[in-house]
Formats: sequence, C-alpha cells, structure tokens
Amino acid sequence: MELSGNFTVNRPRAEVWAALNDAEVLRDAIPGCESLDVSEGGYDGKIVLKIGPIKASFSGRVNIAEAVENERLTLTGEGNGGIAGFAKGGATVTLTDTPEGTEVVYSADVSIGGKLAQLGNRLIGSTARQLAGKFFDRLNETLAQPQEPVR
Amino acid sequence: MNDLRDRFTGRLEDRRFLTGTGRYVDDITLPHQAHMALVLSPYAHAVLRGIDTAEAEAMPGVLAVLTGADVLADGLGPVPPFFMPKMWGGPEGYATLRPILCTDRVRCVGDRVAIVIAETRDQARLAAEMVAVDYDPLPVVTSARAALEGDGVPLWEDNPTGNLSCSLEMGDKAATAAAFAAADVTLHRHFLTPRLAPASLEPRGCIGHYDAGEDRYTLHTSSQDPHGFRAVIARNVLKCAESRIRVISPDVGGGFGLKAHMHPEDALVLWASRRTGRPVKWIATRSEAMMTDTQGRGQEIEAEIALNRDGKVLAVRATAWTNMGAYFWGTATPPFYFAMQLIPNVYDLGAVDLTNHAVFTNIAPMSVYRGAGRPEATFVMERLMDEAAAAIGMDPVELRLKNVIAPEAMPFKTATGMVYDSGEFANMIRKARAAADWAGFPARAEASRAKGLLRGRSLISYIEVAGVMNERMELRFEPDGTLTILAGTHSHGQGHATVFTELVADWLSIPAESIRYVQGDTDRILVGRGTFAARSSMLGGSALLRAKDALIERAKEMAAVVLQAEIADIDFEQGMLKVRGSNKALSLIEAAKLFYLPAGPANLLGIGLTGAGTAAGKPGAAPNYPNGCMVCEVEVNPKTGALTIERFVAFDDVGRILNATLCEGQIHGGIAQGLGQALLEAMTYDEDGQLTSGSFMDYCMPRAEHMPAVDSYLLEVPCATNPLQVKGVGESGAIGTPAALVNAVMDAIRPLGVTSIDMPVTQARLWQTLRDAEAGV
Repeated sequence: MELSGNFTVNRPRAEVWAALNDAEVLRDAIPGCESLDVSEGGYDGKIVLKIGPIKASFSGRVNIAEAVENERLTLTGEGNGGIAGFAKGGATVTLTDTPEGTEVVYSADVSIGGKLAQLGNRLIGSTARQLAGKFFDRLNETLAQPQEPVR
Repeated sequence: MNDLRDRFTGRLEDRRFLTGTGRYVDDITLPHQAHMALVLSPYAHAVLRGIDTAEAEAMPGVLAVLTGADVLADGLGPVPPFFMPKMWGGPEGYATLRPILCTDRVRCVGDRVAIVIAETRDQARLAAEMVAVDYDPLPVVTSARAALEGDGVPLWEDNPTGNLSCSLEMGDKAATAAAFAAADVTLHRHFLTPRLAPASLEPRGCIGHYDAGEDRYTLHTSSQDPHGFRAVIARNVLKCAESRIRVISPDVGGGFGLKAHMHPEDALVLWASRRTGRPVKWIATRSEAMMTDTQGRGQEIEAEIALNRDGKVLAVRATAWTNMGAYFWGTATPPFYFAMQLIPNVYDLGAVDLTNHAVFTNIAPMSVYRGAGRPEATFVMERLMDEAAAAIGMDPVELRLKNVIAPEAMPFKTATGMVYDSGEFANMIRKARAAADWAGFPARAEASRAKGLLRGRSLISYIEVAGVMNERMELRFEPDGTLTILAGTHSHGQGHATVFTELVADWLSIPAESIRYVQGDTDRILVGRGTFAARSSMLGGSALLRAKDALIERAKEMAAVVLQAEIADIDFEQGMLKVRGSNKALSLIEAAKLFYLPAGPANLLGIGLTGAGTAAGKPGAAPNYPNGCMVCEVEVNPKTGALTIERFVAFDDVGRILNATLCEGQIHGGIAQGLGQALLEAMTYDEDGQLTSGSFMDYCMPRAEHMPAVDSYLLEVPCATNPLQVKGVGESGAIGTPAALVNAVMDAIRPLGVTSIDMPVTQARLWQTLRDAEAGV
C-alpha cells in the first residue's frame, strides 16, 4: 500500500532536519510512542496504535538506509503488533525550502498483515494520514518553543 | 406415509428458541473455567523460527502459554483429512497432516501458532498479544491455477507433485473429442466461483474439560457431528480410547458444513485443560471466525459444450482448479468430487471429459459448505445451457426439454457414474415455467423497458445427491411408558426434534408430548454420523422406521406372554398389540411398563423395551437425488447497475414430504445463501495472502431486503431407494440459486454484448460490466 503526503513546518530546513534526527523530539511527536531508543543505524521503539477496531502495541525497528543531510531521509522499518499483525515497509522523506519554512514530503510503501489487514485495510490510508498530521502538528509545536529565536 | 403439513403448528424446538432458553456452548460455564486465546499467523507463508512466550507467561492471570513444541513434546498427533478422493474411487492424492499448532512453518494467515490460557478471556487475549513470534516469510501463492503453473513455492515439501494434491478425471476423453469434432456448434466459457465464508450466526466455540480423577475428557462443542469429532480427536490427536472422550454438542446456531468436521480448537481446549487442570473455554470472535473457519467453494473452471443446431447436446468438456487452501482438510473431498460428478445435471449428455485439480495455496482450507460442489456443477451446466441456447437461437427452456432424462429411463446412469432412481424433470420444468408465467415475460420486459430498465429471466434445473453413509436411531421406552428417541443425526436448525417426534407419534399412536428427543451426546447416543449433505430424513428417518419395527417386535414378545398367544398371531395396530381373530389386546404403553416391573414377565423376557434401527443405502442405489427447477426474473438498471429480483419460483422434488413447512423453510434458507453467493459474498485475499474480507464491513451477507418473495412448490416424486420414499432437502435452495440469478442477469444484459459475468454480481461489478460493454471492451 502506498501512502504519501506533505506538511509544512514553520522552521528552517536545518532545524527540521535536526528534529527529525533527534530521538527525544521524535518520541514526543510520534503519536502513541512509548519508547524510542537510538541504536546502530536507526531506532528501536514501541508505539501503541489504534486502527479502526484494533488497538495494539507495536514493537519495531526503523533503519536509516540513507541520510542526505538537510535533504532526504530513506527509512526501512518493521513493526510487530503481536496478535494484531505486523506492518513493514519503507519511506522517503524529503525537505525543501518554502517561504513559510520547510516542506516535508513523505512517501511510503507499507505492507500490513494479520488482523490489521483483515479489519483495517480500508482504514490504513486515512489512519496513516491522521497520524502523520498529528506528528507534524506536534513537531511544529515542539519547534515553536524556540531555544533560539526564529531568523 | 402421512403428510404432517395439515397439523403442523410450529416446531417443538421453538419453545426454547423463542423464549431465549436455547443452550449454546457459550451459555455453558463450568466451575473454575479458564479461557483460551489464539495466536494466529499474520503471514500467509513463513518459516516459524522461534516463539518467545516469556513476556506472555508473566502477564496477569496467565496459566499457560503453549506452542507447537509443546504439542510435539506431549505426543499429540496431527490431523489428516477426514477422507481422500481415493475412498470414492478417485486418485491417491497428497493428504496433508495438520498439527493442532504449527511446529515449523505457517501456510496461511490464521494458522494456529500458540495458545494462551488465562483466568479471564481478556487476560488471555492481552497475553496473546505479548507472544513474540519470529517469522521468516516465504513466497506466497493464492490462486490455484497460478500455483499449479508454478507460482509460489511448494507448501508441502514432501509432496512429489508440488502444490497439486491430485487430479480427478471423469468421463471419456475420446468420445468427447469425437463429439466436439462432429458438433454443429461448440462454445467455451470461463467461470469463477469465489471462496465463501460459512458465517454461521453462532461462531464456533468449545469447552474442554479433562477430569484427572476419571482420566476422561469432556468436550462441549458447536458441532454437526459429535461422534466424528470424538473419533478424530481420540484416534489422531490424543491417541486414546474413544470411550475416554465425551463430546456434547448442545444447540447449534448454524452449521452449513463448517461444523461437520473438527477444527484445531476442539482438540486444543481438551489438551489445554489437561495441562492446566481447569476447564478451558474458547469462543471465536467474528474476526477469528472469518480468519480461522474453513471456507466453501473456490473454483476456477474452463468449460465447453458441443451441440447440434437442433439443440441436442453432444458433450461437455471442462478443466477445473479447486483451491484447497493450505491443507486437505475435513471433508474437502465431497465438494471436489461433486463439482464434477453432477455436471451432467438432469440431462442425457452424450459424453463428458472432466478434470478437477486439487491445488494447495496459501489461503484458509476449503471444506464443505451448503451444497458442497453441487452449486459449482449446476452453475457450469446451466450457464453453458443458456449460452448454448443463445448461440443457436433456441428458447432456453426448449433446449432443456430436448435434453432432459425421461422418467421412463430411470434408473439412469449418468456419464459420470451417478445412478438416478427417480425424477420427473420435464414435468418439473413445465410446471415451473407455467407457475412463473413464462409466456407473460415479453409484456413484462416491455413494461421494464418503458421504465428504462432491462429485464432478464432464467429457468434452471438442478440435481443433488443426498444421503451419505449409514445411520443408527434408537427408541427407548422409559419405565413410566414415555418414549425417548436417541438420534444419531444432529439437528442444528432443521427441526428434527419435530419431524422425528411426529413420525414416531404417528407410527406408534402415542402422544407427541410423551416423546423426548435426544441428540448430540456421545455418552447417550451409541453412534451417529451427524447431519450434513441432506442425509437425515432419508437415513435417520429410515433408521427410525426400522427402530420402530424392532421395538414392536420386542413388544410383541410381552404381548404374547400376557395375552397367552403366539407371537406370530399378534398384530400392532393404532397403539395396540392385538391377538389376531380375538378381542384380546394390550396397549403398547402397558407392554412397555411391564418390561420395567421389578418382577413378572420381564424376568423371563429381559428388562427394558428398546429398539434400534440402521439404515444404509444399497450399493448403486445408496443415495437419493433431490432435484428441482427454479425460475428467476430480474430487473437491471443499466445506468446504476442496481439489480432487483422481480420473480423467484422454486419447484422442488424432495420425494415424499414429511413436513411441508419445514421443507419450505429449508428451501428458503438455501435460496438466501445461494443469493449471497450469486450477488454479494466473496472471501478475498491480496497478493501477499492477506485476508481482505475479514469482517462484515467487507464481506457482505444477504439481508432481508435482498430476499425476494419466493413462490415455493413441492412436487412429490417418491424416492425408490428408501422405505420412507424421501429425498433430502437441506441443500436444495443453495444449489440452483446462483445459476438461476446469474442466468437471469445475463439474459438481461446479453443483448448489450456481454458474454460473461463473474460472481458475486455486485452492483459495482454489474455497472462496470455494462460500462465495459458500452465501450466495446
């Protein structure tokens, strides 16, 4: 399943890039994130998600396949929701300058399995968009509490 | 035989069903009962590399977490198919051995990987989420045809024929080829019958209880065949004596074939109870049911018909691919067989050449579902007949009349080896045609056209083979002169308690109120085959008749002693045992009571008055062939694809009618299921083998609004193979309906250039088909 979208973050590119590579910022911004730890070449984490009628705790790992500073991040990942099934896939995130700040464009190719596919296959797209929306809102909020003024 | 329709006032079962006092498995709670949750594979095909149960075991309330390794350690055996095609004279085939929990590989989404037993249902489910399973995914194939052509990887590495279990061949290749070469017209069609979910209102469920003191297991389960479950669990899984297992099947809320064979959970709860020392309950959620139940149908077929311009059909040739799913499981053989064997339907076809491939794929296993192969066979033949009629410009009813088997030809052996004992097929067709006002169609079509709608009609014939295996029924008088029927069959909606009670009350001239009906308990019933394949009226009814005869014979011994007469001089009439040529008589009930007195003639004759009877078909005449004719008329809105059923006539020959209301109830229910198949239902998997129709959000069940008013007629053509002269009825409606509906739709849209439409004919598919036709696709 292919998912894509774009959001604008009202901060310069370098700052957004730094935030996207900061485990602490990510932990706060990812909806339902219970833990996120840096490990070699990526993160290990745990998030609780509700997709349609399914609520499950996913443990997983995200690997950073390619990182072009301030420009592009290519990720692969896999999450296991136990009885709820699994999700795995890859995503590319690109950053470009805009007058308002930085536009973040993401595109992901995700496959899901088990109960998640059985009950949630029609809800994945909208849920993913919703989660991404929340993520970038929180990212905006976090970055809007500046340690240093906006230039 | 008596027709009970006139005095039918309702089913004896209805009192408890209508007052909420029915008793289903989930209504039963055993003391200290614990609960089981399943860990199911989310992958359609994967190597099982390891399972970490530690976190789950530490969860609150958890009593045990068990895996395939524990299954092996405890020596629990795998489950083979109930039987293979070879038993019916077919090919050997590759039979899978399915462990009750997967040990090294998962082969479909929903394969059982582990179980968690906990104090409460919620605790068990929460802990099940914590079981960490390490899967190594393998290539997946979901289409039988693609699997046979080499897609995916072999599911069973020791199967020498890859993903093919076996190929069944029937007919005469040379004669068929010659007929095709000589025919004026030949035509070819491709048909798909999707997989269907049985979707019983009551999902599967069971409670296992191991009594360590007695070293004995009790299984409460929602089953159509308690003795069959017991045999498989004892022989294959637990490897113990059958007497050490008691299976009780209480009220069952719908079976449709799903509950004709055990599923892994039936054995798992017994084992889990032994491991935890607690009764263990499992009731499927609807999601689990959709994912773990066996499914019906699932066939792709390339079919050809050869005929002359005068309408004489010369031959039919077909190759089919049956999607067995991951296992050859349960009673998958009958649908695999009947889908070919009944293709000749009610017609005298010159020759057939039929091949059916049973192919393993990474989806849920297939087994029987109401109709079991007969709907597929009927669909192929009846679709071909309508296409052939259109091709030669002949009225489709006349084409059928030209090819039907005549009553004088009975017994008639078909090109696939079925021996029909009776049937008035042409008579049936003519009656159905008249009942549906076939002649008035052009005017109705014109009226539809004036509204901007397309009207189509169909008349189809179907035949069914009913009544497999033997059966035993027992009658037992109690000491107070009341009577108990101990049934080997199993009613789960059919109304056996009513029909069998009425029959016995009638035969013995005793009040129905004094009769109790017992079924579904292996400790109370010596043996039984259960109920499926429309077998119970013929085999249960005939066995009951013989049980009655045996009972009367024994009662005559008492009458002879009491009335001081010879046994040979005693007749049984209207509840009385009478000495011929005298006025000496003893009532059956009095005789029964005497059999239970602590002293008296019972000392000599033996205590107790019982009678047991067995019924089995004779070879070559074993089953019976219910048959019928359906007429369907539909209106299609060419702009929206909306479809309405304007007329539905069902004529059914069920042999002698035991209870017309119950027969019609069965036929109506079958039609509703056939309508679901034709218009709404399909189990679907994506290319990764993920189930994408796993809930009623995506799997559309027929609703009351979809159901047309059905004009149902019964034509009594006595069956020649059993003393009650009855034929089956349980599957009839489901067999003909898909063909009737799709043919009617095709009749409406064929003028637009459409040559085929697949099931389910949803509004979206119909709309798309019409748009494609417009665009000349």
